[in-house]
Amino acid sequence: MALNEVTTGKNMGTVPDFEIKDLRVSVEGREILKGVSLSVNKGEVHAVMGPNGSGKSTLSHTLMGHPNYKVLGGQVFFKGKDILTLQPEQRAKLGMFLALQYPVVVPGITMSNFLRTAINAKRGFDGKDKSKSISVKDFRALLKSEMAVLRMDDSFLSRYVNEGFSGGEKKRAEILQMAVLKPEIAILDETDSGLDIDSIKFVSDAVNKMRGPELGVLIITHYTRVLKFIKPDYVHVLVNGEFVRSGGPELADWLEAKGYSEWVKEPAKAPAALEAK
Amino acid sequence: MATVIPRIDVGDNYKEKYGFFDPEKFVFKAKRGLNADVVKEISWMKTEPEWMTKFRLRSLQTFEKKEMPTWGADLSKIDFQNIYYYLKSTEKQGKTWDDVPADIKNTFDRLGVPQAERKFLAGVAAQYESEVVYHSLHKELEAKGVIFLDTDSALKQHPDLFKQYFGTVIPPADNKLAALNSAVWSGGSFIYVPKGVKVEIPLQAYFRINAENMGQFERTLIICDEDSFVHYIEGCTAPIYTTDSLHSAVVEIIVKRGARCRYTTVQNWSTNVYNLVTKRAVAYGDATMEWVDGNLGSQITMKYPSIYLMEPGAKGDVLSVAFAGKGQHQDAGGKAVHVAPNTSSNIVSKSISKAGGRTSYRGLVKVYPGAKNSKSFVRCDALLLDDESRSDTYPTTEVDEPQVRIGHEATVSKVSDEQLFYLQSRGITKAEAETMIVNGFIEPFTKELPIEYAVELNRLIQLEMIGSVG
Repeated sequence: MALNEVTTGKNMGTVPDFEIKDLRVSVEGREILKGVSLSVNKGEVHAVMGPNGSGKSTLSHTLMGHPNYKVLGGQVFFKGKDILTLQPEQRAKLGMFLALQYPVVVPGITMSNFLRTAINAKRGFDGKDKSKSISVKDFRALLKSEMAVLRMDDSFLSRYVNEGFSGGEKKRAEILQMAVLKPEIAILDETDSGLDIDSIKFVSDAVNKMRGPELGVLIITHYTRVLKFIKPDYVHVLVNGEFVRSGGPELADWLEAKGYSEWVKEPAKAPAALEAK
Repeated sequence: MATVIPRIDVGDNYKEKYGFFDPEKFVFKAKRGLNADVVKEISWMKTEPEWMTKFRLRSLQTFEKKEMPTWGADLSKIDFQNIYYYLKSTEKQGKTWDDVPADIKNTFDRLGVPQAERKFLAGVAAQYESEVVYHSLHKELEAKGVIFLDTDSALKQHPDLFKQYFGTVIPPADNKLAALNSAVWSGGSFIYVPKGVKVEIPLQAYFRINAENMGQFERTLIICDEDSFVHYIEGCTAPIYTTDSLHSAVVEIIVKRGARCRYTTVQNWSTNVYNLVTKRAVAYGDATMEWVDGNLGSQITMKYPSIYLMEPGAKGDVLSVAFAGKGQHQDAGGKAVHVAPNTSSNIVSKSISKAGGRTSYRGLVKVYPGAKNSKSFVRCDALLLDDESRSDTYPTTEVDEPQVRIGHEATVSKVSDEQLFYLQSRGITKAEAETMIVNGFIEPFTKELPIEYAVELNRLIQLEMIGSVG
């Protein structure tokens, strides 16, 4: 199917930085992704849009290696490796990041401890060679600047991971993790859901600040709203486990007007009731 | 900003850190097994007054008459005749570490006791086998009238004070193991804090079993006089043997009007030790008793720190953590007995089971008629790391007074795939992620410990967790 062969048009003929090839995935015995291909280069922002149940979250979780998602076929190449056999932590160390739609509560572990452990893990600190761990001074300096962009205060660091966080706080916390871990490929899974307008703005500012030649972004979203703040270079429409259309940012505008009605009976626009929150 | 628990070296294990043993040396070792002659011999060795010899012999009779408790963990494999009840390793007790025989000092060095003493303790007792081999107390506290001695010395130096309280909180007939301890007790700590004196820096005792088939039966008695405060910490380890050892302590605490006592335990016995301990405190008007009880090691632990709230305003807290790995059963909990009006108790128990280990929470809240406006809250949280591990809750509530507030909550949870995936997606390995989740789970406990112990506990958890993924 021609529509499934999505190329970005850029770097034609060269190997893409991040390449999904004919990925097929099942969850609990049901095939959800039915052959998905997509190439993302550093410096690009791609939006993957689709209605409920189209396989968006399956895509994001599979790319990061969640054990409940079973790969039936295909490859995902990053830095010359097929990452599909790697553990999530190995993918992270390679430079991938997933901002979760529903960040998980970890009781008793402070954000500060969590962030520091994650940074140290990425630096290859195994508990022994202290020279590989981040110093308290560098850690604080790093957090201070990133937290300012996200409008987060210090008290946030002594709270337990995602415990009692509002929707907006959770998403800001995800983006803070992205900012300090500095991935090369970041997947933002429904980062705009459950966000008030201020939070969307802070989160988008932070992501836009990170955009650049060293970062490729995959924004996974149902609604076009977040794309007003983070302008994508490419937009892909995922329906029923397959890409049905790809294009430039204008495709998002088209979806804004038409919704997914061409494929399913559902609006792409956020319903008024959700926006009012 | 929050305290960051430092990452610590992994890769070492119980065996090299705590499980080492020294060649057995002794100046006196009682014959294997238990009978009236052994008991008399212990008393004679200690040149005790006659009343104590008689007390011991009566207790032995009680021990022989009483049945083993069958309601808790499986104790049927304990062979009381295969144990050494008394082993004295050195002739005298050191007042400086230089006075302690080199090999014993070396043991405590390896366990970090002198280092801890220099850094953050006001007094230290170190018990090796049956006797306390080292003892110290800051001079200022001594000058204020604080008594911190091993229990044998206290019997000699403060006979009246001793006799007034000894055995009053836990009589020998309380249970079979308390009777056993009363018959063969040796060592332990004796603390008296005079009226109004606050001992701001913790006192610590470290209990070490070295010999094989050893029984350690320390006896601790703490008296907090009115409006005083003390924080007492105990730690325990032993080498790994293939045969069983027995640790059966009795701890009695009297907290007088307005006083506060905190008793912290980090038990890390090797997994061949039966740890059967009776701990009880009585708290008088507006007094506060706090048990902070961490159980990591041992084959079987049965321990339910208790608080009798005797007068109005008395308050009791039991905060406990149990970790049961392969072949371990931690049967632990707490008891609060409300005798007077306006008393309150709070029992929080956290347990972790992995690799087929078993934890049980066993607790009692009892409110006597007339103990009006008493409040009690019990919370037990269990964390299971795999499907072969087990956790049970046996709460008992007996309330004979209508005007009370009693609450109980229990949760059982598993380390979820979602939590692991989340942490792993941030570059943290699965093993490390599990350790983090466990350390987070017991954080309400850890934060009550002095920072040095919190770090140590996190490290111990890390050691326990190694090999749990595979």
